[in-house]
Amino acid sequence: MTTNTVKHHLTDALLMAYSAGTLPEAFSLAVAAHVSMCDECRARLGAFDMVGGALVETGETAELSDGSFEATLARIDGAGHENPVKPSPKVEGVLPAPVRDYVGGDLEAVRWRSVGMGVKQAILQTDSDATARLLYIPAGCAVPDHGHNGTELTLVLQGAFSDEVDHFGPGDIEVANEDVDHTPVADPGDDCICLAVTDAPLKFRSLMPRLAQPFLRI
Amino acid sequence: MASPLSAGHDTPLGKVGLSAEAEKVTAEKEKEGARWSECIMRIRDRQDREAFALLFRHFAPRVKAFLMRSGADATLAEECTQEVMATLWQKAHLFDPARASAATWIFTIARNRKIDALRRTRRPEPEDLSWGPEAEPDQEEALALQQESEKLEAAIGALPDKQRELIEKAYFGDLSHSEIAAETGLPLGTIKSRIRLALDRLRHAMK
Repeated sequence: MTTNTVKHHLTDALLMAYSAGTLPEAFSLAVAAHVSMCDECRARLGAFDMVGGALVETGETAELSDGSFEATLARIDGAGHENPVKPSPKVEGVLPAPVRDYVGGDLEAVRWRSVGMGVKQAILQTDSDATARLLYIPAGCAVPDHGHNGTELTLVLQGAFSDEVDHFGPGDIEVANEDVDHTPVADPGDDCICLAVTDAPLKFRSLMPRLAQPFLRI
Repeated sequence: MASPLSAGHDTPLGKVGLSAEAEKVTAEKEKEGARWSECIMRIRDRQDREAFALLFRHFAPRVKAFLMRSGADATLAEECTQEVMATLWQKAHLFDPARASAATWIFTIARNRKIDALRRTRRPEPEDLSWGPEAEPDQEEALALQQESEKLEAAIGALPDKQRELIEKAYFGDLSHSEIAAETGLPLGTIKSRIRLALDRLRHAMK
């Protein structure tokens, strides 16, 4: 699933928030899907996980309840030892594994709905803090204006598109904020399939820039 | 801040019953991350309860503090800490010291528990890599990773309070995405060498 031609990567802020576990589900899905396709971001994510580990290691401690250790042993004895699970066989397909989990299969399982001009979409079920959808853009076609607030992530799963910013191929992710007014146009020759994630309408608190606080300028 | 458990006696773990030898070893190598990796592998290979007790004594109070800083009350944090440590035991076979230090791995387990229990949402995981037929952890890679991990801990430990606070806020969930984009004072040199290591390991494993 990995491609070594990825040119557009995740930002440090997104990787760090994913590592910390603070992103809305739809954004986590886009990060997980990109990391599935990009060795470099997989490696960067490993580094952010290591920062988390270092914070736990060098951080504060809290006093445990009486009998905490015994209670943990009891949990272990109650659950038994987990047998090593064989990794599921590698599936070749267009969709990376985390997206397949949401679709319930590869492309053939996607339930497309037309949004006009040949473009189709399929909303993926995530928590309501943000929205994830698959977009199907026929070769040479443009995505109709789909005005968004806040941050929008667009990950190319198949084909390629261009917008005012750049050209995006398989595995590339575009991280756009509200002041990027872009109209993706699929390359001629190959239909383009993307995972697009946006802050849900009127629910952009988690990703809205708050007023810069003084401590950020240190 | 010193661990309330490091005093030796009169601790909530007073009944654990570590052998005198184990006590001595812990005292000597308290700081040595490699030892924690060994402990996890002793659990993996022979369900070693003494190794588990050592890990528990060191990490459980840290995991609990992490969960409380993330917004859990003491009761929930205690319950989740026990679950995290039990998960460590159950999933010890998945631990690979060439991919993560013990602290990193335990952090990811605690982070996942936090998302389930506190945020009640899902965090999709990236596609697992098939590490090939020679996926057996490489000693040299494990050692290199351990050294990077110690360097990072030292660098983070040496950060000015305000910068450390900012990074902590990001990881405990008090900081928005955009705020994280601001300068956090992360020790970038160490992070970059960690990234290089991981890339080397990926390329090696994919050969």
